[in-house]
Amino acid sequence: MAHILVLFAHPAFEKSRIHARLINHIKHVQGVTFHDLYEAYPDFDINVKREQYLLTLHDIIIWQHPFYWYNAPALVKQWLDLVLEHGWAYGAKGRALAGKKVFNAISTGGTQAAYSKTGRNRFTITELLAPFDQTAHLCHMTYMPPFVVQGTHKLQTADIELHGLQYAQLLTALAHDRISFDEWKNVTYLNELVPIPQPIQS
Amino acid sequence: MDQQSLLFQAMVYLAAAVVMVPLAKKLGLGSVLGYLLAGVVIGPAVTGFIGNEGQDIMHFAEFGVVMMLFIIGLELEPKRLWKLRKSIAGLGTLQVLATGLAIAGLAMAFGLPWKQALALGMIMSLSSTAIVLQTLNEKGLMNTAAGQSSFSVLLFQDIAVIPMLALFPLLVNLPDTTATESGHTQATLVDHLSGWGKTLVVLVTVGMIILSGRFLVRPLFRVIAATKLREIFTATALLLVIGIAVLMMQVGLSPALGAFLAGVVLADSEYRHELESDIEPFKGLLLGLFFIAVGASIDFQLIVQEPGFIVGAVLVLMAIKGIVLIVLGKTFGLKRDQNLQFAVSLCQIGEFAFVLLSFSLQQHILPASVTDRLVAVVAISMALTPLMMLMNEQLVLPFVGARIRQHDNQREADAIEERNPVIVAGFGHFGNTVGRFLRANGVKATYLDNDSDRVELLRKMGFKIHYGDASRYDLLQAAGAEHAKVIVIAIDSPEKRLEMIETVKKHFSHLHMFVRARNRYDAYDLMNAGMLHVYRETIDTSLRLGQDVLSFLGYRAYKVHRAAQTFLKYDEQVLKELASIRDGDEYIIASRSHMEELDRLLQADQQKQFTELESGWGEESLIAEANKPSP
Repeated sequence: MAHILVLFAHPAFEKSRIHARLINHIKHVQGVTFHDLYEAYPDFDINVKREQYLLTLHDIIIWQHPFYWYNAPALVKQWLDLVLEHGWAYGAKGRALAGKKVFNAISTGGTQAAYSKTGRNRFTITELLAPFDQTAHLCHMTYMPPFVVQGTHKLQTADIELHGLQYAQLLTALAHDRISFDEWKNVTYLNELVPIPQPIQS
Repeated sequence: MDQQSLLFQAMVYLAAAVVMVPLAKKLGLGSVLGYLLAGVVIGPAVTGFIGNEGQDIMHFAEFGVVMMLFIIGLELEPKRLWKLRKSIAGLGTLQVLATGLAIAGLAMAFGLPWKQALALGMIMSLSSTAIVLQTLNEKGLMNTAAGQSSFSVLLFQDIAVIPMLALFPLLVNLPDTTATESGHTQATLVDHLSGWGKTLVVLVTVGMIILSGRFLVRPLFRVIAATKLREIFTATALLLVIGIAVLMMQVGLSPALGAFLAGVVLADSEYRHELESDIEPFKGLLLGLFFIAVGASIDFQLIVQEPGFIVGAVLVLMAIKGIVLIVLGKTFGLKRDQNLQFAVSLCQIGEFAFVLLSFSLQQHILPASVTDRLVAVVAISMALTPLMMLMNEQLVLPFVGARIRQHDNQREADAIEERNPVIVAGFGHFGNTVGRFLRANGVKATYLDNDSDRVELLRKMGFKIHYGDASRYDLLQAAGAEHAKVIVIAIDSPEKRLEMIETVKKHFSHLHMFVRARNRYDAYDLMNAGMLHVYRETIDTSLRLGQDVLSFLGYRAYKVHRAAQTFLKYDEQVLKELASIRDGDEYIIASRSHMEELDRLLQADQQKQFTELESGWGEESLIAEANKPSP
């Protein structure tokens, strides 16, 4: 059994369509700790000791957030800056996070096609997430492919609900160690491990 | 009276009060009834600890009424008094005239000569300032329409006593058979003056009180306050009240009226609260003594001898007074429930009747056979008042109130429909910021406040606001406390806040309380009362000032901002820790415990390292690691 920590960051959660539904589906999944960063630190005054303690209690960390300007909302950056201390998370003696798995669970307005060399965003999601990948690497963590909900502006409620089910199934599987390295190392998005019906293109 | 018997007497009075008053309060009877019962118990009827000296003590204790009017004056700004002028002059005059004439007519029908009947009418038209105001205050009804009308009438009655005393000598009709001297009333300084002269002296005296209140008393209190001797300040306050009383009596005016006037003049002075709190205990004790004396002076023997006459007279007199009051109340536009309250409050015969009765006996206006019985009647009617007010409140008003609501327009129904999740108690500087912020964010709240001007303004602005003492169960009930989620306790007085917390805990335990605290010590009290959400008035502001000072000295704004956040969190933590320590030593003298507290705080500050910067933004350890010789 693996313990999962969802570090959730959304500065305007009350307006959220996607993440509100995703969270409804995963909040009560066994083994999942849900941690709402903007609710805990509205003043950006992060309690570093508490965050580090939370991290040590879990095996899989998820940064869940909307993908604003090809990155996470500001509080996630503040979190990275302050919590991943030299000598604790990285550096010669920093081994506190070694061996843990981490990935991003994000939503984007653009479709997967828009995030490609020929699309209007010119880079793939995987390329744009490189800073997170490298952060995990420096902290001796394993960076997994992201879970991504895309084309959100056109998604119907039913499709968002399906993504919610998909996310919950993924976390259930991860919590019970049902996904092996061989399975996830070859996928672009973790979504591929839990296929759902696609919206009919008209 | 030698010292020992004086002390023994004092012990008896105090013991009776200490036993009976809390008992009466516990039974929901109010303090006045408790004092009266205490008087009955120690009086000739039951244990006989006090005999006939009850009457003398009553005259002495009447000074409590003077003090009470001084305090009422302090709480009444001239502006509000001016607003009451119509009801004082109109309602008051009509009440005294109509009641007096009705009772005089009845007495004549029973065969009393007209002079005696007229004297009787005047005496019986007065109501008891002491009992009524004390009870209304205790029930928090002083600011209702009924309370204000009652106050107006009582104030007028106080003024009316003066012409009555002047009229009485004209009513002498009995032969001077007794040997007592007829000029019992103290000789005043103005006896030898003509009518014009007297009027002039009275006007000059009133003018003097107003002017010296404005220009003499304040500098005097400033000097006295500077001595920092609390008891001298108290002595000065007492001297002020007693001095005015003596002066007023010298010129033949009511001392209560003079004290009231002085109170009004000082209402907007900076020493108002101190004066109030200094005089308050004296007033309370004297009034208590007065009520005990009334209780003790009820002549049960006379009642046993002539139960029919005494009970009949009490009922008839109170009924006449009540009917006159109801008719007047209706004419002056009081709503039905307020009118009932008004009539029930004022339908007894007041303490001044004792004075006037003995005066008219000495002046050969009324025969002893009449005055003896009437003293019993007056005492019984006074004793009945708190009981009747209680019955009116418990049994009659709920019924009348329900009917009024049914008949009344839609608005009342709307008010009940609207169930706001938040109640804000207190709309002063603190509460109004909370309220405005909630409103700016679309949160509907119900407000409670006890400043009638503010209530009026807020009502005009469309706030849902209730007037009154927020620690009262019925007001909270009316504000919809049963269906609310949160109550913000932003009232100014720490004592009232604790009272209110008790009420909420007892009756509305589902409500989450968010409580304003004046300072650390107040916060401790609140935390020890079980409050989780406690907000000190000054902590955020003083920290913001500190931040601005740091910024001004050249610290970076963000660093200062975070330092303040850290300090605030640390301070809240220390507050919690020290609250539990402090729980034990409640009895330490306040000033000493404040010093110890400051000491603890400063020590805790020294132990905490405030310099630990967020190491994630520092690079010292990285530099150190980079420069370490590799192994």
